[in-house]
Amino acid sequence: MKKFLQSEWMSRLIDALLPVFATLAALIIGAVMLLFLGVNPIVAYKALWDGAFGSGNAFAETLVKATPLLLVGLGICISFRGDVINIGGEGQMIIGGILATWIGLTFTGLPGWLAITLALLAGFLGGAIWGGIPGYLKAYFNVNEILSTVMMNAIAVQIMNFMMRGPMLDPIQAAKASKIPQTARLIEAFRLARWSPTRLHLGVLIAVILAILVYILLWRTTLGYRIRAVGMNPLASRYAGIKVPRYIVMSLLLSGAFAGLAGAIQVYGVNYRMITDGSASGFTGNAGFNGIVAALFGQLHPLWSIPASILFGALLVGANQMQRVVQVPSALITALNGLVVVFVVSSEFLRRRRQRQRLAHAKMDDAPPDKTSQPAEASA
Amino acid sequence: MPESNILPSGKPRIDSLELRGITKRFPGVLANDHVNFDVKAGEVHALLGENGAGKSTLMKTVYGLYHPDEGEILLNGKPVHISSPTDSINLGIGMIHQHFMLVPSLTVAENVALGLPSSRGPLTDLDAVSKRILELADIYGLRIDPSAYVWQLSVGQQQRIEIIKALYRGAALLILDEPTAVLTPQEVDELFVIMRQMTKDGHALIFISHKLHEVVEICQRVSVLRDGRMIGTRPTSETTKQDLANWMVGREVGFTPDRGNVQRGEVRLKLENVQCGSDRGTPGLRGVSLDIHSGEILGIAGVSGNGQRELADAVTGLRKITGGKVTLENADITNLPPAEITERMLSYIPEERMRDGMIKDFTVAENMILREHHKEPYSRYGFLNLKNISSNADMLIKKFHVKTPSQETLAKNLSGGNIQKIVLAREISRSPRVIIAAQPTRGLDIGATEYVREQLLEQRKQGTAIILISEDLDEILALSDRIAVIYEGSVMDIVPRSEATPQRLGLLMAGVHPE
Ligand SMILES: Nc1ncnc2c1ncn2[C@@H]1O[C@H](COP(=O)(O)OP(=O)(O)OP(=O)(O)O)[C@@H](O)[C@H]1O
Ligand SMILES: [Mg+2]
Repeated sequence: MKKFLQSEWMSRLIDALLPVFATLAALIIGAVMLLFLGVNPIVAYKALWDGAFGSGNAFAETLVKATPLLLVGLGICISFRGDVINIGGEGQMIIGGILATWIGLTFTGLPGWLAITLALLAGFLGGAIWGGIPGYLKAYFNVNEILSTVMMNAIAVQIMNFMMRGPMLDPIQAAKASKIPQTARLIEAFRLARWSPTRLHLGVLIAVILAILVYILLWRTTLGYRIRAVGMNPLASRYAGIKVPRYIVMSLLLSGAFAGLAGAIQVYGVNYRMITDGSASGFTGNAGFNGIVAALFGQLHPLWSIPASILFGALLVGANQMQRVVQVPSALITALNGLVVVFVVSSEFLRRRRQRQRLAHAKMDDAPPDKTSQPAEASA
Repeated sequence: MPESNILPSGKPRIDSLELRGITKRFPGVLANDHVNFDVKAGEVHALLGENGAGKSTLMKTVYGLYHPDEGEILLNGKPVHISSPTDSINLGIGMIHQHFMLVPSLTVAENVALGLPSSRGPLTDLDAVSKRILELADIYGLRIDPSAYVWQLSVGQQQRIEIIKALYRGAALLILDEPTAVLTPQEVDELFVIMRQMTKDGHALIFISHKLHEVVEICQRVSVLRDGRMIGTRPTSETTKQDLANWMVGREVGFTPDRGNVQRGEVRLKLENVQCGSDRGTPGLRGVSLDIHSGEILGIAGVSGNGQRELADAVTGLRKITGGKVTLENADITNLPPAEITERMLSYIPEERMRDGMIKDFTVAENMILREHHKEPYSRYGFLNLKNISSNADMLIKKFHVKTPSQETLAKNLSGGNIQKIVLAREISRSPRVIIAAQPTRGLDIGATEYVREQLLEQRKQGTAIILISEDLDEILALSDRIAVIYEGSVMDIVPRSEATPQRLGLLMAGVHPE
C-alpha cells in the first residue's frame, strides 16, 4: 500500500514537471541547431541562463518581461475556462495602451497617483471593449471568436499606426522631417515607481495581486462560477437559469480587459510612450500570444500562471542575451521560442492522456484511511 | 445451443468468461472488492446492485476501460490480459454503455465505421460498411437504415446501432449496462427479442438493470453486488422479484406509497391552448390546456416522443411558445426567459440529466447549487459562501444517500444513479412552487426510487404542484392524482386516479378514444 501511494505521488510529480521536461527537450533540439551553426551550445545556454537569472538586474528584466505575459495569461485563464478562445491579446493590449497613453498625455495637471489609476482603468476598459466586441458577436451572432479576435488585432494595429502618425504624434517629431511615429513621453510624475537601478516596476506587483484576484474571481464569486459553468456545459447552464450569452461576452470582455491592462502597464512601467514599427509586436513584444502559452503552461490556473510567466519571461530575456553573446541569427531565437511553445502545448496533451490512463489504473491516493484501506491491507 | 463454434455473424463463440478476484480502487472508493463472476455462451447473466455498488466499474474492467488492481480475467479458461477496449474487441467482447457513445451529426454507417481499423486509412468504404450492417441487421432481426443520421433516431433505435456496432466488431459476448433505463416498454420488448435471438445463436450476454421484472424475464442467472462485494449468484428460476429486492438491499423492501389525504388547492400552473414546435419540425404541442393545482400530482402518460419533452421545455421557457398562454401563480410567464421562470421557483428535473441537469466537471457541491448559486445563503454581494455551499452539499448527500467519496469529488466520477440523485436532490430541496419531473426515477435503484417517490409525495403534501412525466405506467399510477394522456402533441383525455386503469390509459396512449 505504501508503494501505491509512492507511485501515485511520483506519477503526479512527473505530471507537474512535464512542461519543464518539454522545455528541456526543446532546448536540446535547439542545442542541435546551435551545433549546426558551429556554436557551442553550452556557451550559448550559459549566456541564456546568465541573461535571465545571472544578476539582480537580469532577474529584474525577466520579471519585467513576465509581467505582460502574466496579465494576458490571467485573461486567458478566464476566457479558456469559459470555453472562449481569445487570440486577440495583441489588439487588446494595443487599444489598452492607446487609451492609457491618451489619458497621460491629456490630463497632465492631475496628481500622479490619480493619473496612473485612471490610465490603468482606461487600459482595462480599452481591452474590455476590444474583447467585448468579438464576445458579443460570438454570443449573439455565433461569429467564431478565433477569427474575429484575429481580425480585431489587425484593426488595432491600423488604429495604432494612424494615431502614432496623426492625432497622437509627438509634437517634437511633428516638427521634424523624420517624423518617427511615436507619442510624446509621459511626464515623470505619471510613471510607475521603479526599483532603481533596475527597470523593475510596480506593475509586477500589480500583476501578482491580480493573479490572486482572478483566482478569487474564478472560484469564489458567482461571476466566476457562471463563467466556468457556461464554459463546461452551456446547455445545463441555460436550464439552470444562467444567461449563457451574457457570460460568453463576460469571459471575452474580462480576458480583453487584462490584456488591455498589460498594454497600459507596458506604457506606464516600461516605455513611457507608445511607438510603432508598423507591427503589433513592435509594441506588445508578442505578449498577446505568448501570454496564451504562459497560461496553458500554468494549466489555466491564475496562480500557476505566475511561475509559468516568469519561466517564459526568462526564456525571452535570456535568448536576447544569448543572441548577443554567440551571434546567432535572430531567426534561431524565434525558432527556439516556437519550439518551446510547441513542446509545452504537446506536453499538455500528454499530461491529459496520462491523467486518463491514471484513472484507468487508479490506485489509492488521498483517500480517507477508513473503509477503503482495510480491504487493501487485508489483501496485501 | 448450436453445436458449431461459429456465431451467425461469422465470429468465433466465447464459451465462457470468468472474473477472479477483481479488485478496483478509485480515490476514496473501493469499487470492486475481490469480485468473482462468470458468464457462459447462450445465457444472459444479470448483474444487480444498488447505485454505486460497482456494476459499471466491473464491466468497464472487462471491456478494458479500467485496469484491475488485482485479479484476473479468463476467457475460455485461459487467462487474458485486456489493457484497452481494442484488446477486448479483438477478443470478441462488446459493451453497450449506460450513456451512449454515438456522434449525432454522423450517419449510422459512419458511426459504425468510426474507430474501425479500416477507417484509419485515407478512405473508408462506407458502402461496404452499409452492406455489412444490413447483413447483420437481417441475421439478428434489427431494423436499421444505415444512411439515417443518428440525431434523427429515437433512443431505442440508437441503442440498436450500438448493438450493431458491437456485432460489426465481432462481439461474441455483449455487456449491456442499463440498456432498458431509457427505453419505452415497447422498445424493451423489442430489445428482449434481439437478446433472446443472440443467446440462441450462442452469444453470451451480461445484463445490468434496476428493474427486477426484466431480470426475472430475460436472465438465466443473477448475481448481486453490494458495496463492491459479490454477494452471490443464483439461477433466476429459483428467485422472485421480492427475493431479489431484499437480497440486493439487504433489508425488506416493498413500495406501497403512502399518499395520505391531501386537499388540493388553488391552480398553480395553467396552460391554455399552448402550441409549440419540436426539434424535428413536426408540431410539438398542438394546443394543450392543463391546470395543475397546489398539492396535486398530474401525471403525463404517453409513448415517448408525443410531446412530453416539448411540454416541459415550453413551461420552463426553454422552447418558444407559438400560441397560447402559460400562467404561473396568476403571472403570465409565456415566453419569459428560463432564468426568470426559474426565479419563480419552478423546478425542473430534465429527462437527460447528464446533459441538461448538471455539469460533469463541477464538484458535487458545485452542482448542488447550480440553480441557487446566486442567492443567499450560497452567495452574497456576488461572493460565494463556501461554508454554506459545503453544508448544503453535506445535507443533501446525506438526505438523498448520494454515494460519493466527498462533496469535492467531480460529479462525473460518481456512478450513473448517483449522478441522477444530485439533480433530484437539488431540484426537490429548493422548496419549489411547481416541479416538472421528467422520468424522475430513471437509473435509480429500488431504494432510491422509493425515496424519490416519497419525496415527491412529501412535496405534494407541502402544497407543491407537480407534473410527472413518465413512461413507466406503474409510476404514473402510483403517484398521480390525475393522469393526462398525451398523444401526438395533444391531450387525449384527463383521467382521475380512481378511473385510471392500465387498459384505459393504454388505449388513450395509442390515440384511441374508448367511447
Ligand atoms: N472514474 C471514476 N473515478 C472515481 N470514482 C469512480 C469512477 N467510476 C466509478 N467510481 C466510483 O466507484 C463506485 C462504483 O461506481 P459504478 O459506476 O461502478 O456503480 P454502479 O453499480 O454502476 O452504479 P449505478 O447503478 O448508479 O450505475 C462509485 O462509488 C463511484 O463513485
Ligand atoms: Mg452504472
